[in-house]
Amino acid sequence: MSRSVGSSGGRVAVEGGAIRLGRGSAAFDVVEDIDLDIAPEQFVCLLGPSGCGKSTLLGAVAGHLSLQRGRVSLDGRDIAGPHPDRGIVFQQHTLFPWRSVLDNVAFGPKMKGVGKGERLAAARDFLDQVGLADFADHYPAELSGGMQQRVEIARALINRPRVLLMDEPFGALDAQTRLTMQELLLKVWSRNRTTILFVTHDIDEALFLADRIVVMTPRPGRILDDLAIDFARPRRRDLIADPRFTTLKRHCLTLLHAEPSGIPLPRLTPIGVPGPHGAA
Amino acid sequence: MSAAVTAALAPVSAGGRAPGRLALLRLLPGRPLLLRAASLAASLAAWHLAASGKVDLGMVSFRNVPTPADAARAALALIQSPTLWPHLGASLARVLSGFLAALAAGIGLGVAIGRFRLARDLLLPPLEVLRPIPAVAWIPLAILMFPSSELSMAFITFTGALFPILLNTVHGVETVNPRLVASARSLGAGRAAILREVILPGATPSIVTGAAIGMGTAWFCLVTAEMISGQYGIGYFTWESYTLQNYDDIVVGMLLIGLLGMGSSLLVRRVGALLTPWAAPGGAR
Repeated sequence: MSRSVGSSGGRVAVEGGAIRLGRGSAAFDVVEDIDLDIAPEQFVCLLGPSGCGKSTLLGAVAGHLSLQRGRVSLDGRDIAGPHPDRGIVFQQHTLFPWRSVLDNVAFGPKMKGVGKGERLAAARDFLDQVGLADFADHYPAELSGGMQQRVEIARALINRPRVLLMDEPFGALDAQTRLTMQELLLKVWSRNRTTILFVTHDIDEALFLADRIVVMTPRPGRILDDLAIDFARPRRRDLIADPRFTTLKRHCLTLLHAEPSGIPLPRLTPIGVPGPHGAA
Repeated sequence: MSAAVTAALAPVSAGGRAPGRLALLRLLPGRPLLLRAASLAASLAAWHLAASGKVDLGMVSFRNVPTPADAARAALALIQSPTLWPHLGASLARVLSGFLAALAAGIGLGVAIGRFRLARDLLLPPLEVLRPIPAVAWIPLAILMFPSSELSMAFITFTGALFPILLNTVHGVETVNPRLVASARSLGAGRAAILREVILPGATPSIVTGAAIGMGTAWFCLVTAEMISGQYGIGYFTWESYTLQNYDDIVVGMLLIGLLGMGSSLLVRRVGALLTPWAAPGGAR
């Protein structure tokens, strides 16, 4: 199929962003003083220790959380809530269990009012791109974790988002599957160009995927460093053996251990504090 | 057969454990079925012995209890008599109308309470007060409130089925994963679409559980109501048999009630399974 041109735009800007979560005396600052300007079609990894607020920041760009101070915008327009322009892929278990894989992928177009034939054809195309054409009629529970994440990617990309937000999407997968998924993501991205904001705490993953790595401090999260990663694309697995890869990895390791984080903090999510009613 | 048993025993013996009588039984094919049939037969035999011997234990007496054979004869007679169908029809119509009304009200109120804070604040307090009142306690007031006894019995059935359905719906709605809602919003779903596409299907397994329990309580309440104010119906038939001293028919009525209750609960679960194919073990479609 022809290489689809990404929808125009995709510049994400955060200016003086700060986010507070929790209520009353339990409230705490998650991220502070975030200034970030992401160019269209750039692949940016947010790297930081667990609980540093990188997922929270992602949630603000998605529109699920609001800033306490500052502003966050897409192509100059302030973000006021969720929109299919900003697709999000969670770590796991956010496919609709009651819909087939095909219907899950076709959900976005259905919400837009696209006719059944047209949206199912589009969904088949995207399932094919993530290598799951044969699993269209299965329920999500019948798929492995890696396959479910493929469906998630297809389901977000079918809306032709200007930004794809990914919250440790491969964090729950085994090491081998994770590598396969990283390669698959790059391949799919090369056909569906969009800005990607990818949260991870895995340095190898960030280095393999990103054009740019934004390193964050422990909570309250601030931007510690902003690294340009200019390895040629398409990237191959043997990149790990590149001496520049090793140098950058060592640099990131030093940054991540620069500030004592004390006790490990619980993971936050793009929709707020975890818990039965964690959505803020 | 003994050869097969010996062969099946071999690995156990090799394990160094001497097989006892129970171990032998465990190796018989179809053991659960055999055991269950035996238990059922033993219960029938105990009933027969107690009833035919007119056992009187002082505290409890079997003098007026019909034997299984008496009950079977009475059942056969009832099946052939023209009175069975009006009784069955009346009970089924009452249960169905009460249950369906409870289903509609329970799901509607449950979704509103589980999803909207305003509805919760407005609706929950009176319902919490009414909830602990057993539906059977409504019978006198229901007779006073409804001019038709049909309506009052349907109302009792409705009240009995309402709360299990309502509470399970609220629970189902509240436990829908907030990430699913967030995902749906990011995929472009508005409020109505979230309700239709996420909340309702997410709560369906819980609603089905509530409906199955509600169906059970509906029968329980109906039979009681019929005993008091009915003119037809299985409950009325059972009570009438007592007043007319047709003791054999009492047992027939009881068995009928049990069968109907079991059958309708089974039906609810079957329909529920059809509505929630993704929740089937192994995800069978």
